[in-house]
Formats: sequence, C-alpha cells, structure tokens
Amino acid sequence: MQYGTLNRRALLIRSTATAIAAAIGSMVPTRFAFAAWNKAAFEAKTMADAYKGLGAAQAAESGDIQILASDIAENGAVVPLQAVSKIPGTTQISFLVEKNPNMLAALFDIGPDLLPDVTTRIKMGQTSNIIVLVKAGDKYFTATKEIKVTLGGCGG
Amino acid sequence: MGNPMKIRAASKDGVTDVKVLMSHEMETGFRKDASGATIPAWFIAEITAKLNDKVVMQSQWGPSVSKNPFLAFKIKGGQKGDKVVISWVDNKGDTRTDEATVT
Repeated sequence: MQYGTLNRRALLIRSTATAIAAAIGSMVPTRFAFAAWNKAAFEAKTMADAYKGLGAAQAAESGDIQILASDIAENGAVVPLQAVSKIPGTTQISFLVEKNPNMLAALFDIGPDLLPDVTTRIKMGQTSNIIVLVKAGDKYFTATKEIKVTLGGCGG
Repeated sequence: MGNPMKIRAASKDGVTDVKVLMSHEMETGFRKDASGATIPAWFIAEITAKLNDKVVMQSQWGPSVSKNPFLAFKIKGGQKGDKVVISWVDNKGDTRTDEATVT
C-alpha cells in the first residue's frame, strides 16, 4: 500500500516537472536565439572588416555625436563609455576600439522607442581611439575620441 | 544562470531611464589559465529590453564589454508601474531574464 502511494506520487511529480519544463521551453522566443549575432562584424580583425560586417560603406565624421568618457582610464578592464547621437533618424550606435584585437565592442539598435543615448563599460587593451559609428537612414557617421589607458584590460 | 541582474528604471519628464548591472564573466578568449591553456571566450552576445510587452531595445555585444556588464539606455515614454524586462543570451546559448518595475 505504502509502496503503491509512493510510486504514484513520484509519477505525478515527474509528469508535472516535465509539463513545466515543456511550458518553459515553449516560452523562450526564438528571437532570443544566438543566431542573430553579427559574427562577421564582431570577429573582424581590421576596422575595414568591422565596418563591412556592419554594412557601413563610407562613414563621414560628424560633430553631432557626443562621446562621453574619461580621457584617462585608470583600469582598462572597465572603461565607462556613453554615446549620444544628435543625428536625426539614428537607428544604430556601435562602439569600436581601434587597438583591441576584435575592434567591435558593442552595437545598439535604436528603435523608435529609444533615445539615441546608450552607455556601457568596455575593456581596452591599451591606449586607443574609440570610434562611435552611428547609422541614420542608410548613411553612416563617426566620431572619435582617444582614451589613455594606464593599466591594460584584457588580462593578458 | 548567475546572479539576478540589478535593474533600475525611473520615469521622469516622459523618459524612462534604465540602468542594468548584469552578472557575467565576459571572457575574451585571449586569457590563459595557470596551466597555459586558453580560457575559451564566454560572453553575453545579445540583449533585449522590453517595456511591458513591447521590445524597445536590442543590443549585440562582443567579449570587449567588461565583466559584469553595465548597460544604460533611455526609453521614450513609460511610466511608474510599467515593467522593464531585460533578457540576454550568451555565446554558449545560456540565457537569463530579469524584470523590474518602473518607479
């Protein structure tokens, strides 16, 4: 009798767990799948290839992109970086580090509900130019700022 | 996986300011461990932010983003009581979702 009850309970627990797992599995939208990641751009080893991966043909220097960051980074492993684009119709903002082995650090898709103002923290291996690349319509614009690094941040 | 993200979302003058602190190693793939073996790259690759049920931001990162990544962005609109949901997927396919209420 005891044995029979235990068995049924175990079965109930197991089938509930399976049902929950299936429900969770079906809730993960495919939009979150890793497949959308821009491999060509992120694995590019030259600026030209990074631009190509991003679909950026020619980029014109623009005074309407603000790069807010310290001139000197005490710790290259954690360099705060903010970009604000005043270019109308901005749809994408990318952060590139010229002297990093993989130059593209981050890209942000600026949808209609977002202000073109994004901040993150990046690793810089050494003193380098930071390039912010802005896409507006089908044109590309850049702004550059040099950040000096006193202690390199790639841990190597 | 990892610890919950810390999300702060505050609405003022028609803009919801969102700040997120995530927990992730963000390995570049260039470091070597004590035995000389290369530690494989392991980093958050895609991030999605939603205001209530609407996707408002998508971002892609490489391993150059710092460990325990910080992210800040500004949503047009939004008000107190709304929900901000942040999700990420890393290059190993691991994923995490956290949410916060807009104050």
